[in-house]
Amino acid sequence: MYDFAPFFLPEIEPIAMSLNHRDIENIAYLARLALTVEEIPVYVEGLSRILAMVAELERADTSQVEPMAHPLPGQRTRLRADVVTETDRHQLFQRNAPQVEAALYLVPRVIE
Amino acid sequence: MTELHTMTVAELAAALRSRQVSSVELARSFLARIERHQADLNAFISITAEAALEQAGKADERLRGGDAGALTGVPIAHKDIFCTAGEKTTCGSRMLANFVSPYDATVVERLRAAGVVMLGKTNMDEFAMGSSNETSYFGPVRNPWDPLRVPGGSSGGSAAAVAARLAPAATATDTGGSIRQPAALCGVTGIKPTYGRVSRYGMVAFASSLDQGGLITQSAQDAALLLAAMAGFDERDSTSVELPVPDYAAGLEQPLKGLKIGLLKEFFDRGLDDEIERHIRAALDVLRAQGAVLKEVSLPNLPLSVPTYYVVAPAECSSNLARFDGVRYGYRCEKPRDLLDLYQRSRGEGFGAEVKRRIMTGTYVLSAGYYDAFYLKAQRVRQLISNDFEHAFHEVDVVIGPTTPTAAFELGAKTSDPVTMYLNDIYTIGANLAGLPAMSVPCGFVQGLPVGMQIIGAHFGEERLLNVAHRYQCETDWHRRAPPGFVA
Amino acid sequence: MEWQTVIGLEIHAQLATRSKIFSGSATTYGAPPNAQANLVDLAYPGVLPVLNAEAVRMAVKFGLAINARVMRRSVFARKNYFYPDLPKGYQISQYELPIVCGGAVDIVLEDGTDRRIGVTRAHLEEDAGKSLHEGLAGLSGALTGVDLNRAGTPLIEIVSEPQMHSAKEAVAYMKKIHTLVRYLGICDGNMQEGSFRCDANVSLRPRGAEKLGTRAEIKNLNSFRFVEKAINYEVARQIELLESGRQVTQETRLYDADRGETRSMRSKEEANDYRYFPDPDLLPVEIDQPYIDAVTADLPELPDQKAQRFISQHGLSAYDAGVLTAGAELADYYEAVVHELGGHPKVAANAVMGELAGLLNRDGLEIAASRVSARRLAGLLRRVVDNTISGKIAKDVIEAMWEQGQEADSIIQARGLRQITDESAIEAAIDAVMIANPSQLADYRAGKEKLFGFFVGQVMKATGGKANPARLNELLKKKLGG
Repeated sequence: MYDFAPFFLPEIEPIAMSLNHRDIENIAYLARLALTVEEIPVYVEGLSRILAMVAELERADTSQVEPMAHPLPGQRTRLRADVVTETDRHQLFQRNAPQVEAALYLVPRVIE
Repeated sequence: MTELHTMTVAELAAALRSRQVSSVELARSFLARIERHQADLNAFISITAEAALEQAGKADERLRGGDAGALTGVPIAHKDIFCTAGEKTTCGSRMLANFVSPYDATVVERLRAAGVVMLGKTNMDEFAMGSSNETSYFGPVRNPWDPLRVPGGSSGGSAAAVAARLAPAATATDTGGSIRQPAALCGVTGIKPTYGRVSRYGMVAFASSLDQGGLITQSAQDAALLLAAMAGFDERDSTSVELPVPDYAAGLEQPLKGLKIGLLKEFFDRGLDDEIERHIRAALDVLRAQGAVLKEVSLPNLPLSVPTYYVVAPAECSSNLARFDGVRYGYRCEKPRDLLDLYQRSRGEGFGAEVKRRIMTGTYVLSAGYYDAFYLKAQRVRQLISNDFEHAFHEVDVVIGPTTPTAAFELGAKTSDPVTMYLNDIYTIGANLAGLPAMSVPCGFVQGLPVGMQIIGAHFGEERLLNVAHRYQCETDWHRRAPPGFVA
Repeated sequence: MEWQTVIGLEIHAQLATRSKIFSGSATTYGAPPNAQANLVDLAYPGVLPVLNAEAVRMAVKFGLAINARVMRRSVFARKNYFYPDLPKGYQISQYELPIVCGGAVDIVLEDGTDRRIGVTRAHLEEDAGKSLHEGLAGLSGALTGVDLNRAGTPLIEIVSEPQMHSAKEAVAYMKKIHTLVRYLGICDGNMQEGSFRCDANVSLRPRGAEKLGTRAEIKNLNSFRFVEKAINYEVARQIELLESGRQVTQETRLYDADRGETRSMRSKEEANDYRYFPDPDLLPVEIDQPYIDAVTADLPELPDQKAQRFISQHGLSAYDAGVLTAGAELADYYEAVVHELGGHPKVAANAVMGELAGLLNRDGLEIAASRVSARRLAGLLRRVVDNTISGKIAKDVIEAMWEQGQEADSIIQARGLRQITDESAIEAAIDAVMIANPSQLADYRAGKEKLFGFFVGQVMKATGGKANPARLNELLKKKLGG
């Protein structure tokens, strides 16, 4: 199926992991991505393939290990002294902003 | 004097210090080459000529004033993922096509402080997501060894620029192989340091627990010189490690006698291109001739590195790229109807297909009901892979194998199926998952295309990696070969 | 059916650090828009968070103060959702492993009942910015302005057990936490500025039932009064639903203070799936015993401990001790008065809770802004204790001190308010009153003893209130008796 599948995915069988249009629309909504009608089937196909590949993980026996959230063992977060180091630079920072008025970033009206 | 553009960083630095050449002359010479080859290679997104000449001028003053450092006046290129104050930082995306960073990344700041001159910003896969440099909003980069082929990715621009001698060296980043894979496919030297060795501050994040800044150079010696200047603790990056940076250059010549090299069983078992295997074995002979001993090691969980990576990296990316929302900077869609429309269209139009695919994959694996089965499961397998490496490094000093399963492929050959593309990184992803330092060193050609040998070290073992690579390069000249058409 | 109300509160207290939780921006309230939002707060590409040591110390302080477990290892996670006031598209918070677990506070209800309310957890997180919908000059109605000054201000979110059963209990609990965070100096408690606010989870269940009913979450309550009103409104609404056979929907509601009602927020946000995962930019926070010991040593006397001391050492009632320890400044003021006065805690307590509190209330001042200092109040009370003036006169004197900013003695002197303790002078006044009121005198002597008060009043009037009340009573009784 793939160039190197014989090596890395020894017995790959497409596992029932396929997504449908509706799934893609839901995911795209969560991720706030507008997709065109043409794009949706492409992502249905692509994500289904990726998830089938990812399903290989089920083969591993992970009953004895904790999830690894960080690549270096035994590290702990370093703390910063509570000191104000910043000055007002909003004019510089707002040069990149699409729409600003009275130093506020503008967005279409938010209804609560 | 030899042609400037064929010289290594070490050679150029010497020439600058002995005043055989000025930094401004060097910058001009490389800028001219960049301009000349921009149309055929597309290696750069921005050419920062003005800044380069200004920095070069300052470097020349320092050189004249006698307060120059080892790298003062040396020009390099930065991957366009590193923020550079006052210059565009696009990350290869429409989303940031007009983004001018108000600040410098730590890597950029440190290299500048060392007197290094920035020539421009190199092309890359969009947000570093890709293995062929075909996902860039600014168009693909072409491989200087064969313009119909990809340079690899995501640091394709950096690799192509160094290979074509448009810059003596370039910064790069590696999340799943993005330094080593293009280095291998372009016939140059690449180093991905240990996670936490180089500050991630100012490096646009793709997958925070995997991303690491590094270098693409002509030689291990150059990598040693530049890495010493850019590595080290940064209080602005909580994941940067508070360890002193060794003088990498000083350790380069160390003899290899007694060096224990691990041959990764899983890498040689099956599936590897015969020609590439022949080159790797020949390279191992070179090292053995210097006293290194070989030992087979097994990392039984390594075959799961690709599926592990394609859960962890998209999960982190889906969150890291949520900040691109069209509100404070970056692309904003025309005339949004409402807030939701602003978000959806700005992101839908601002991101390319591969980035969207990864954001959606990541969103899915983190979502309610799938988190345990995908994300947590992958993090557990990641631990297994990391444990495998740890066991291996109890027995050997470095692990050696191929960088890529094949040489450079043709543009468009793998764009139809994401999984085929993802499998390019099968040999490189393991080091990212385990946070290990790794290099790719040119070790031969297959049908005129370069291939690379990968050397993986234990955590913070950069010094040893550079030493092994350098000793190898002292005995071989693969790394000094430039692609035809870019020699002159 | 009889319903039991079940309330849980999630209190958000802004920590009183100088800089933000993950950046070096100032946290000062009221700065011009976006003047205190740096690259990290704005979520610029490439920036990274670095945790503020003081925020951690403050959270640990809180944990110790409520006898909670301070966790040796806590982890920051990302809560992912899109909103304009959330620049990163995720909030850095603590999810599975918070810094503080367990703990409890004791509250006293108005009827004197004690209740212990459990705290499930307290975790560190960052505040969001603010969306401004109206009052922006030149903005058309179709736009919202975003000010990110508040984004990244450290918060501690304190989650109670669902153990409160009335709005009054909820308010008492919230006030107790409010007192505590101010004692600890970890939050300024300013509710108008949003430094201290809460979400209330309200549900009903049939009395005696074990299982909790479906809850509604009322967001962003920023005054004790609103908490009480919103909960009462919500309880009534839910009763009505349930009694009419309908169901309570699990949802987020907003309290509309103008209408005095809660209303549903758009359910679109309800579909949120926050996709929490450990933040790879931050490493676990690890806290060891020496650190905890150091913070413990640095803890101030807490309100309950102080109240206990006022009861056992000062002989105050539990109620008085409770009132005086509701704020650290008030308790300090009271203690300063006792110290200056060299004792007489009950006199001091009455004056602080009575006359002084009255004046503070009248002028809307906090104790820190009192126009009569503790030392001066003690000076006044000294004159009451040594019988120079009566308690009644003292009320006038304190008012004068408040207005004129003078010492008690100078007012007593200037106005000749010194009490008359001289028997002959009081007797003379009594005689004059008896002569002037012969018929009342006759009635009294005929057995109308209620008229005693009339004579006290007349003599006091004649002496300008300065007659020593005890001496007057004694002499008057003797004289009227004939």
